[in-house]
Amino acid sequence: MDEGFLGYPRSNGTVGIRNKIVVLSSVVCANTVVRRVAEKIDNAIAITHPYGCGQWATSYSNTFNILAGLASNPNVYGALVIGLGCETLFSNRLADKIRESKKPVDSFNIQDVKGGTIGAIEKGVSICRRFDKEAKEVKKEFFDFTHITLGLECGGSDSTSGLSANPSLGIVSDKLVNLGGTSILPEFAEWAGAEHLLSKRAINEEVAKEIMSLFKGKFFENRSPGNIEGGLSTPEEKSLGNIAKGGKATIQGVIRYTEKPRGKGLWLMVEPGLDVVSVTALAAAGANIIVFTTGRGTPFGSPVAPVIKICGNPKTCDYMASNIDIDASKIITNNKTIEDISEILWKKLKEVCNGEKTIAEKLGFEEDIGIWRA
Amino acid sequence: MKNKYIIINSKDNCATTLEDIPQDTKIELKDKIIKINHNISLGHKFAINNIEKEDYIIKYGEIIGIATESISEGDWIHTHNIKSTYFEVTKDG
Repeated sequence: MDEGFLGYPRSNGTVGIRNKIVVLSSVVCANTVVRRVAEKIDNAIAITHPYGCGQWATSYSNTFNILAGLASNPNVYGALVIGLGCETLFSNRLADKIRESKKPVDSFNIQDVKGGTIGAIEKGVSICRRFDKEAKEVKKEFFDFTHITLGLECGGSDSTSGLSANPSLGIVSDKLVNLGGTSILPEFAEWAGAEHLLSKRAINEEVAKEIMSLFKGKFFENRSPGNIEGGLSTPEEKSLGNIAKGGKATIQGVIRYTEKPRGKGLWLMVEPGLDVVSVTALAAAGANIIVFTTGRGTPFGSPVAPVIKICGNPKTCDYMASNIDIDASKIITNNKTIEDISEILWKKLKEVCNGEKTIAEKLGFEEDIGIWRA
Repeated sequence: MKNKYIIINSKDNCATTLEDIPQDTKIELKDKIIKINHNISLGHKFAINNIEKEDYIIKYGEIIGIATESISEGDWIHTHNIKSTYFEVTKDG
């Protein structure tokens, strides 16, 4: 049991550590119907957003691909897409894209249901009850960690992050990669000033050049006011702490926003770094679990991927204790080592892969998503 | 006895505080005792030796910025006395 977990097999060869029904709106106009349907089904989660109409070009494709990616995550058993009927982002096209993951998928538009929104809610509930019944029949099986994709997120960082939670996560990421799993390091603006260190770890010259080319002639201020108040004096100080959560593993390649890793091992993801956008992008890229390091504290999770919070700031671990899964501040206060905390984090990761709920899941912080539309 | 600070890499010329350190606290380093010249909050940095204007500030063994004024050992290091070198680094790199 040490180097594996009990998960849900999926038809496309991926493995879920949760078994959710996703109810997804293709447009803002369907959001309330989506929420009403999801609240009537045990394992259903509503994914809503303020977009889906009046969108073209990248704004449209990013919205479409992120929504499809979330519903295609290995932790999802099946998905129902509900649209209004006159929007630019068609519910049936989104459903077709999700079907590529070989999950059970259905879709309809509210305007096509006799009975208005009440009829639409009844129709949605009836479809989701069927999905829920089927989902409960899926038997858990034992899998090794090659089936785990870990998202490496940090947010509300301060300078304790780079000393404690981030290097602890780096060790866990390296361990997963050594076991044949996959890790994704997002937030490219937060590699600025440390890109030469990432570039040195690239699998080949081409990837090394691609990493450096992301930063050619550009300047990024990557810090929030809270980061600066927390002691991060320059963007490069933040970046050096940030990349610590990517460990020391070889970098297999660079993926763009809305893309998925093209193999196992550690991948870099180019996306802007805003917490909710990053966590959403990681889940849409197929991460079945996310570890979120924080200094100043943050409450939220993801609709489809369990999010483990680990914090290195002793004040935050006191004030926001009810939001933190792992207290890494003992590295700061009690002379615990980074290795000690990484062992606790690895144990927690295995427990969550085996079904134990994270604090964000227990508190129901699972409905927020963010989409980068630039 | 808990450490009040951490020096992450032997090349570093700054230390990061592990608790709030009041001004005038005496801090024992490996080879000397220095006096802290400002109130320094948890997670912020102080100089472990004198740093000339335009010298690099080193943390994690890497450059995190450049001194915009001369900094004395025990001084608080932050945005008021260091700036990013990043723009210059990318232009050259």
